[in-house]
Amino acid sequence: MPFDPLAAARAFPLIDRGENVYLDNAATTQKPAAVLDAVRRYYETTNANVHRAAHALSDAATQAFESARADVARRINARTTAEVVWTRGTTEGINLVAQSYGGSALGPGDRVLITELEHHSNIVPWQIACARTGATLAAAKVTPEGGIDLDDFDAKLDQDTKIVAFGHVSNALGTVNPVRDLVARARAVDAVTVVDGAQAMAHFRVDVQELGCDFYAFSGHKMYGPTGIGVLYGREELLEAMPPWQAGGEMIEEVTIEATTYARLPFKFEAGTPNIAGAIGLGAAIGYLEGIDASALASHEDRLLRTATSRLSQVEGVRILGTAPDKGPVLSFLMDGGHPHDVGTLLDQQGIAVRTGHHCAMPLMQRLDVPGTVRASFGLYNSLTDVERLVAGVHKTRSFL
Amino acid sequence: MADLDEVRDTFQFLDDWEDRYRFILDLGRSVPQLDPELKTDDRLVRGCQSLVWLVPHFDPEEGCLHLEIDSDAHIVRGLIAIVLAAYDGNEPREILDFDIEGLFGELDLMRHLSPTRGNGLRSMVARIRSVAEDAAAHATLPRR
Ligand SMILES: Cc1ncc(COP(=O)(O)O)c(C=O)c1O
Repeated sequence: MPFDPLAAARAFPLIDRGENVYLDNAATTQKPAAVLDAVRRYYETTNANVHRAAHALSDAATQAFESARADVARRINARTTAEVVWTRGTTEGINLVAQSYGGSALGPGDRVLITELEHHSNIVPWQIACARTGATLAAAKVTPEGGIDLDDFDAKLDQDTKIVAFGHVSNALGTVNPVRDLVARARAVDAVTVVDGAQAMAHFRVDVQELGCDFYAFSGHKMYGPTGIGVLYGREELLEAMPPWQAGGEMIEEVTIEATTYARLPFKFEAGTPNIAGAIGLGAAIGYLEGIDASALASHEDRLLRTATSRLSQVEGVRILGTAPDKGPVLSFLMDGGHPHDVGTLLDQQGIAVRTGHHCAMPLMQRLDVPGTVRASFGLYNSLTDVERLVAGVHKTRSFL
Repeated sequence: MADLDEVRDTFQFLDDWEDRYRFILDLGRSVPQLDPELKTDDRLVRGCQSLVWLVPHFDPEEGCLHLEIDSDAHIVRGLIAIVLAAYDGNEPREILDFDIEGLFGELDLMRHLSPTRGNGLRSMVARIRSVAEDAAAHATLPRR
């Protein structure tokens, strides 16, 4: 059965209001009622701290919280829930790996390899880890289409490379990177792989065992879940060997004034009271996504992207950035005679929400030699009518500039 | 260059967003372009999605602050025209006393002054005010 975006839109209260054409899904997605209800229900019926008290409410909260972790493990095909660490989001997950794994595995002469396509949150943590450890940072070039230049990637992937970090789907251009292939190349030099999955989770099923990566980080709020919750998947052997990075309650087994033994995985990396409601909301978002036929969803979103791409390329003076064959539903473009900020402001006046600017990928903008782009990014509740409104909005915008 | 009263009057007659933004874009066309050599990093206003360059000159004889401002985005140039109409050639004290938020509120352009806007208008205003403060302090110093 084809996916019905209008029925889906009704499940999202903010979208259902119909006040805006919301095309900023790569920044954050809207939340379905199922997620809002789960969070509300948790606070109304189950709220208590987890893993601590001997009372029934705390048991119920712990069970709901851990059951959400099991939902994540199932969704990404982790081997055990010990491999699913709650974080605040992608950014925190990458920082955890950079500080804990990077801090202990890197040394002078070692190399961390990233790409020019990365979001700042997959660049800056590595700069800091390198500065602390004396390792060096290299970045594989992007091709004019917006893919990773594999020759350059191979050339920079030398025997000293200990960590390779790259995005699954580019937030700025939409490029879907060949993760399995990149992981295999990194494996050949015994480098550990870190995948930034922020832009992948909402659009297709991710199987971390099939990808073969060592770490995979993502954010709940970009996959129809709440803000402030995310996940770091890590291979158990690696997580086991890594030192904790933040310290406090929840992450310890026993503390004396002299010494501490740390809690088992994944709690070792979860100091302090976690975002319980967020985790439960993310579990509900996964439940929501699992209720949708994945291939129907993929063809729906692909059709939005293809239609928007072909309609906008016909507008005089519009240039599309990012033309890789395999793309997520992200469309970046520029207009002759208009700065992205002008275009974004004029679209906003027409009730069309897009993102403009460098999309936290300044090195990529420098490589493409553009001041930024206008980015329309689609979610499952967007329809071809939204695409038509965008196209009409772009035509009108052109008449101003 | 735009005159503040004219800007206010014209805005009163424009009731839909299209006319208002066409007028803002027109205002932007009246702002002289900055000499490319002056577009240096130290003149960039921070926090901008679009680039804004600010070149202030304080004339101690006249006691007035003259401003040259430019941007790579057209709408921002239009907003610059309004800022110039409010500030350019005035005494530092007048600049500091001028209620720019009130003006942008009256013109229904307040959203462009919001801290999240990232278009740098807010940082530009803050920079001009800080130059005006320095100039005001300088002007009240006893002459040696
Ligand atoms: C590719 C990519 N990586 C990382 C992030 C950071 O995600 P968060 O801000 O949720 O930590 C984002 C979101 O902006 C992103 O698009």
